[in-house]
Amino acid sequence: MTGAPIEIALGPLLFNWSAERIADFYAAIADETEVERVYLGEVVCGKREPFISGPLAEAAERLTRAGKTVVWSTLALPATPRDRRGIAQMAAGETLVEINDVSALAHRSVGAPFVAGPLLNIYNEAAARELIGRGCVRLCPNVELSLPTIGRLAQACPGLEIELFAYGRLPLALSGRCYHARVRGLHKDSCQLVCDRDPDGLTVRTLEGQDFLAVNGVQTLSHGVQVADLPIAQLRTAGIGALRLSPHTGDMRKVITAFRDFSQERLSPQDLAAKVREAGPPGPLVNGYLHGRAGVDWAPAA
Amino acid sequence: MELVCPAGSPSMLHAAIEAGADSVYCGLRDETNARNFPGLNFSPAELKAAVVWAHDRGAKVLVAINTFARAGEIDTWRASVDSAAAAGADAVIVADLGVLAYAHAEHPDLRLHLSVQAAAGAPEAIGFYAQAYGVKRVVLPRVLSAPEIAALVRETDVEVEAFVYGGLCVMAEGRCALSSYATGRSPNLSGVCSPPEAVSLEETNGLLTPRLGGFMIDQVAPGAAAGYPTLCKGRFEAEGTASHLFEDPTSLNAMTLLAELRTAGVRAVKIEGRQRGKAYVARVAAAFRAALDALDRGETTAPYEARLTGLAEGGRETAGAYRKTWR
Repeated sequence: MTGAPIEIALGPLLFNWSAERIADFYAAIADETEVERVYLGEVVCGKREPFISGPLAEAAERLTRAGKTVVWSTLALPATPRDRRGIAQMAAGETLVEINDVSALAHRSVGAPFVAGPLLNIYNEAAARELIGRGCVRLCPNVELSLPTIGRLAQACPGLEIELFAYGRLPLALSGRCYHARVRGLHKDSCQLVCDRDPDGLTVRTLEGQDFLAVNGVQTLSHGVQVADLPIAQLRTAGIGALRLSPHTGDMRKVITAFRDFSQERLSPQDLAAKVREAGPPGPLVNGYLHGRAGVDWAPAA
Repeated sequence: MELVCPAGSPSMLHAAIEAGADSVYCGLRDETNARNFPGLNFSPAELKAAVVWAHDRGAKVLVAINTFARAGEIDTWRASVDSAAAAGADAVIVADLGVLAYAHAEHPDLRLHLSVQAAAGAPEAIGFYAQAYGVKRVVLPRVLSAPEIAALVRETDVEVEAFVYGGLCVMAEGRCALSSYATGRSPNLSGVCSPPEAVSLEETNGLLTPRLGGFMIDQVAPGAAAGYPTLCKGRFEAEGTASHLFEDPTSLNAMTLLAELRTAGVRAVKIEGRQRGKAYVARVAAAFRAALDALDRGETTAPYEARLTGLAEGGRETAGAYRKTWR
């Protein structure tokens, strides 16, 4: 192994899970995994927030006791005054937070450290430098960016930590409209939180039955599951210091262990993909974006 | 309210202004603008001539430099800002933080408008862009209802511009990667959505099947209206039901809401469609000019509301997110 160890981080939960599922999930993460950092907070829809804030606060306590670094993530598309107040409260402190919407910057003191999340549009080093000047210490790049592009950005921003979206359905789009509500003939304002029935999102197929996308309230994700199975040397060259794993059903402990072993070069890229498949991901594996191709593509490790 | 119309070419710019546009927006002929199609847009010399022509007629020219710069190639975007400033453009329309910073630092007298691609819908986000880069106007993402726009205008000092006609993004603009997931190219990466080279059309069992990146986007009987297979306008299946899950194949027409937007304090209204040619812009600009003039006379827009029937992409129109039930 060469260079500093690559950190394993658990991204914010994107789906509307029950309080019980949240509690069980983070208890297992706290007690049974080697994740170093855990992002918590409702990123997708402010209407879920009142139902999950209690369980997430308990999870934060448990994770902290277990020695994990907890980072709170802001909502990505504030839609109501309450959403805006939530972002303002989170951004107003000095502790490390993940920012997913520019509105948070208005409340952040310059110099207070933050992570720029993948739902911000940072596509180049000049944009990244604007955030670094305000306190950005880490960037999780937008999922569209290829590894060589991320590498160019990282090289031009020495000192900026880069966290790669390495596992999970890809967050592709946000809308003012709730598709879970629309599928069921409801409107967003009276949605009955029907997104809680699909813990990995609701699969969207083409008219010929091909699995394609997954809707999660106002968010649209890929049906395919990203696995950043590129050789560790390539990840290091591109400046990757952490791998972000996005929570899903299936055996997340197994996914974490596989990425941990992969990051320490005890597991080859081929074996990483095999281990992840055994853990029950919600769709087939994809990695096209990292190769500069369509995100849905899968280029197996050579 | 200022009427802002698209100009994909010098002749379209002339047509828009002659039909009553107060301002036109256009892009340079490269990847720095979000309508990077062959045969469209302006060379720096054409832009300079267009600005002179427009200013002679009391109209303004806004230059869209509204894609996200590629890592390592930011100089291309900086050059576009320099070209717009050199041409005497009245404003540049920008989304990228790095491009905004450059324009603000190097061309402090150049007016900055925040592109819809920046998806700034909250007063805090708009305030940030104003404070950090001196942004004077925001083009709103199409996720807000008309009453929400009114509330927003009350909370910000920045001028508000709202789309009122043309193609409608169902996602928050600038925050959608559906196109690149299927094809490798997207608005943020490449300035195009659902790119033509990824489109195919096949006929099987008497049905027409448009595909994008190999994915079936719809299936229609021959002769039925089959629009361009923009990904989010397709028909898909979820929970056993086929539907236009993301959006019906409609386009935006908010003429009936002009009065409400005006009362709300919206400063400018915008027409989409730089790719649609001079006949299109002449007709839409004339209709909206007539409607805005009617409002100025204290009359209603009703006589003008049917003028654009048949012009919409897909043939059907919607007021989109401006009506809260759209969500």
